[in-house]
Amino acid sequence: MTTRQLLSLAFRESRFARRRLFLFLSAISLGVAALVAVQGFASTMKREMSAQARAMLGADVQLQSRDPFGPRTTEVLESLARGGIDVARVTSFASMARHAENGATRLVQVRAAEPGFPFYGTIETSPAGQWASLQDDRNAVVEPALVVALGAEIGDVIEIGKARFRIIGELHRMPGDIEIASSFAPRVFIPARYVDETELLGYGARVTYEAFLRVPDPELAETIDEGYRPIWRAERVRSRTLQEQQEQIDEALGMLGRYLGLVGVFALLLGGIGVASAMSAYMSRKVDSIAVLRCLGATSREVLALYLLQAGAMGLLGALVGVLAGAVVQWVLPQMLTGLLPVDVPIRVDGPAALTGLVAGMATALAFALLPLLEIRTVSPLRALRRRVEPLIARGHDKLRLGMAIALVVGVVALIVYQAHDVFAGLGVSLGIGITLLALWLAARACTKLLRRAPHAGFPFMFRQSIANLYRPGNQTMTVVVALGFGAFLLATLVLTQANLLRPLTANSETRFNLVLLDVQVDQIEPVRDVLAMHDIEILDSVPLVSMRIAAVKGEPVRRFLEDELVLDGDGSLPEPTQDLEPDEGRPRRWALRREYRSTFRETLTESERLVAGRWWNERNATDGEAPFAVSLEQDIARDLGVTLGDRIDWDIQGVTVPTVVTSIRAVDWARLEPNFFAVFEPDALRDAPQMWVLLARAETAEARTAAQRDVVAQHPNVSVIDLTLVQAALDEVIGRVSLVIRFLAAFSVATGFVVLLGSVATGRLERIRESVLLKTLGATRRQIGAILLGEYALLGLLAVLVGAGLSLAASWALARFLFDVPFEAALGPMLAIAAVIVALSAAIGLSASREVFRTTPMEALREE
Amino acid sequence: MLIARGLEKTYRSGERTLTVLRDVDLEIDEGDFVAILGPSGSGKTTLLGLLAGLDTPSRGSVAIDGTDLAPLTEDERARFRRDNVGFVFQSFQLLPSLTALENVQVPLELRGDRNVSARAAALLERVGLSGRLDHYPTQLSGGEQQRVALARAFVHEPRILFADEPTGNLDAATGEGIIALMEELNRERGTTLVLVTHDPLLAGRARRTIRLADGKIVADSAAA
Ligand SMILES: Nc1ncnc2c1ncn2[C@@H]1O[C@H](COP(=O)(O)OP(=O)(O)O)[C@@H](O)[C@H]1O
Ligand SMILES: [Mg+2]
Repeated sequence: MTTRQLLSLAFRESRFARRRLFLFLSAISLGVAALVAVQGFASTMKREMSAQARAMLGADVQLQSRDPFGPRTTEVLESLARGGIDVARVTSFASMARHAENGATRLVQVRAAEPGFPFYGTIETSPAGQWASLQDDRNAVVEPALVVALGAEIGDVIEIGKARFRIIGELHRMPGDIEIASSFAPRVFIPARYVDETELLGYGARVTYEAFLRVPDPELAETIDEGYRPIWRAERVRSRTLQEQQEQIDEALGMLGRYLGLVGVFALLLGGIGVASAMSAYMSRKVDSIAVLRCLGATSREVLALYLLQAGAMGLLGALVGVLAGAVVQWVLPQMLTGLLPVDVPIRVDGPAALTGLVAGMATALAFALLPLLEIRTVSPLRALRRRVEPLIARGHDKLRLGMAIALVVGVVALIVYQAHDVFAGLGVSLGIGITLLALWLAARACTKLLRRAPHAGFPFMFRQSIANLYRPGNQTMTVVVALGFGAFLLATLVLTQANLLRPLTANSETRFNLVLLDVQVDQIEPVRDVLAMHDIEILDSVPLVSMRIAAVKGEPVRRFLEDELVLDGDGSLPEPTQDLEPDEGRPRRWALRREYRSTFRETLTESERLVAGRWWNERNATDGEAPFAVSLEQDIARDLGVTLGDRIDWDIQGVTVPTVVTSIRAVDWARLEPNFFAVFEPDALRDAPQMWVLLARAETAEARTAAQRDVVAQHPNVSVIDLTLVQAALDEVIGRVSLVIRFLAAFSVATGFVVLLGSVATGRLERIRESVLLKTLGATRRQIGAILLGEYALLGLLAVLVGAGLSLAASWALARFLFDVPFEAALGPMLAIAAVIVALSAAIGLSASREVFRTTPMEALREE
Repeated sequence: MLIARGLEKTYRSGERTLTVLRDVDLEIDEGDFVAILGPSGSGKTTLLGLLAGLDTPSRGSVAIDGTDLAPLTEDERARFRRDNVGFVFQSFQLLPSLTALENVQVPLELRGDRNVSARAAALLERVGLSGRLDHYPTQLSGGEQQRVALARAFVHEPRILFADEPTGNLDAATGEGIIALMEELNRERGTTLVLVTHDPLLAGRARRTIRLADGKIVADSAAA
């Protein structure tokens, strides 16, 4: 047979059956679409962010500190500036902004910038070009959210602390911006030279000091950074170069890419299962044709080639459709994530992703089609003579198929390892998938067995018939239950895990308090209480905050630890805090020593705390107001500091040393919005230390919250008020968007499950028609036949959901327990919703795909025989 | 032309073995027209399948034109069929997705022959279907379908043609026409014909009749 003849026969032979091949095509399309979409999205993001790294950083070198730059750092900056390097400083802090006329207030992030900032990237404002005028006067460029919140207009004056600024423009786009962040605290840019007029930078203010350097020559930038790093480190200044920024982006997005890549491989794998199912459905219709071709002298190789060509063509077409669909999805994804992405993701088909999708799609289509295709090698030509009697496919060991199956598994594992960029992670994921599939299969088997054994004598005929249909010869019950169950499993696991992770965040909408007042000075507590009382708002809780650093651990001065590191590192550079992973031999982690602690003092434990070791002081009252004082540490920080019960820590509070002994270790539920602390002191230790207070209050109405905010800030401009309902709304928004994307991706897996279901419907089509026709001749009504089919497919869906959702409970429990370390709770509502939708859809698909059964009259069936 | 020796076919179902055909010895001459008769279940189809090399006997051997089928693999037997054997089935067995013309072309195309459509069209004209070349099987009546199948069986000029109850799905008059056509083609081309039927009237037109019962040859007109 010539190739051309083979091609044309393959084409002709597929006539009328292309509708069936469409199933095959859609399975591949779904997989490829998911693969292309997530990979394209990840790599476009990565490319965009790399391209904009300089604009996002706004400089070539950035310095950052929680304290004003020390004398040596300042000296370095000045000498650099003299040497012709542009330097711009930005001072940032949270504060209330108050509309000078209507008195409306809103918590904002003030960014006091020196001229020149940012050195790279353009800031878009409306009216356009206002950024250039920022430095001209007491001007402010603000985010639109603030304008809305204050009911302000361009040209209005706002007060920040004791200073007043005129809004000259709204900030529309800034490189590297995550838009939604502005709903937490909108930013207000003011000229740096007026920042002191606010009088907000006094004690206790949480201020970030930054300096931006323009050093266009990257080598010079690295040299500067490396040369001065020891000085910066010694003065607690962190530095970052463009190159480091880029590396960080690459690493973060590389992770994202690998993770999303795995999601894509998953989808493609499911698509492959769909292909195998669709192909065996297709082949079951083609067995007679194959037998005839064999009678006429076609070799098994020719027959195989014939159908492989058809599968290949459909695979190619499916992959092409998938690439296009993937491009559409890739366009939809950023829409869903509006405001959460730091860059605009342009709409375009990502070349490499598209090519990967095309090749992987084709390969998957052929590989998975080959499994059922290899079966036709054993189709006996005798079937042409005796259609009913000959068994469909000769059973028994087929070395080739076994080899093929093994090759397939190896291929899939290789693909996963390749995507994970890590042999162990890849093997782990593969093992996980394998175990899941095995568990699904076992559970499905157990369920079907149970169903078969269960007494159904008492049930109506139609229901018994439905169950019996699940056992008809050549049934696809197991395939469907496993495939659809896998989809249900993925979706349910995602939803359950998401609910477990987000529960602490959403639960807060019912917290006791919804107003947080920050930076309240001791003598302001009573006046603030009075203002709140005027609005019928009661203070529920007041918490003192004392800023401190660690002076010595177990008698060893902190400076010594840090200097040791300098010597150890040799090149004089300190590793980033992220790099020191484990405290070795009880040595404290550097960041834990270097950081600033905001601690509190009180008599009792709070609801979100639990003692894990030692005793609380009200039970013991050991120190009697004398040093060393008792301190209680959170368990993780105790580990990072390398201390246990009885160890000594000396704290430095504004130059005063406060010696303490660790008398208890606490576990803290950080997910609660209540203020929580690494270190809690007995009251005697800190009562007289410089302190700021946090007040927690609850106001029932939005009006009361707004009014109280306005009045408090009018009298005490240094006090910041956080309206937690706004924070919660912003959080909900973020959560909603992310959940949507996760569900959207998971929906692909369910869709593929349905392709498998459709495939099984197609496979059983002929038997079903014959049987229904027989029932009709015996007097069954359309309604009764419909009820049987409905029952059968609803049962299939139910089995799949039972198996998939059941396993997902176990999986999400394990995830919550071992990976995320959050309490597990089964979100029954969403689970039931998923179950209902899957069962309903599978019943609907079963019915609609079987409508041929209704259409066929007994006459037609008789003629066919 | 065809020599079968000691043919036996058994099926095993679980513990029990079922002997469907036993001890069949048969020789068929070149150009002969043989009818195999017998009640339903007597093993006619099984015998036909063995003679045509569609199935392998449990014991015994079949040789067509001096070629012993036993040592051949499935695919070698397939290649042998495409050159030497033609088939007609009770249920026509046209490929549903191919037109009448394309169906007839298949045996030629499987051999890799060129310019196949002219030969296929000529044969369809010979069976009286010149106007139906582009029709699909579902657009043809049973008799027409069987005539297409006949054209397909003869198109590659096989040396021997097997037919399993070719008129079983047709009314008497149409069936009569099909048999007449087969006889004509048998005469024109000298093709050996082996026809299975349980209709004694049709069998009567054959030159030789073999009667099967319970898997054994109980009568053979050639021997008589
Ligand atoms: N694959 C098989 N397994 C078991 N028994 C079979 C098989 N194929 C045919 N038979 C049996 O062989 C006997 C002969 O069948 P067949 O050759 O089809 O008879 P005929 O064509 O004369 O009606 C029947 O009893 C049939 O049930
Ligand atoms: Mg028969």
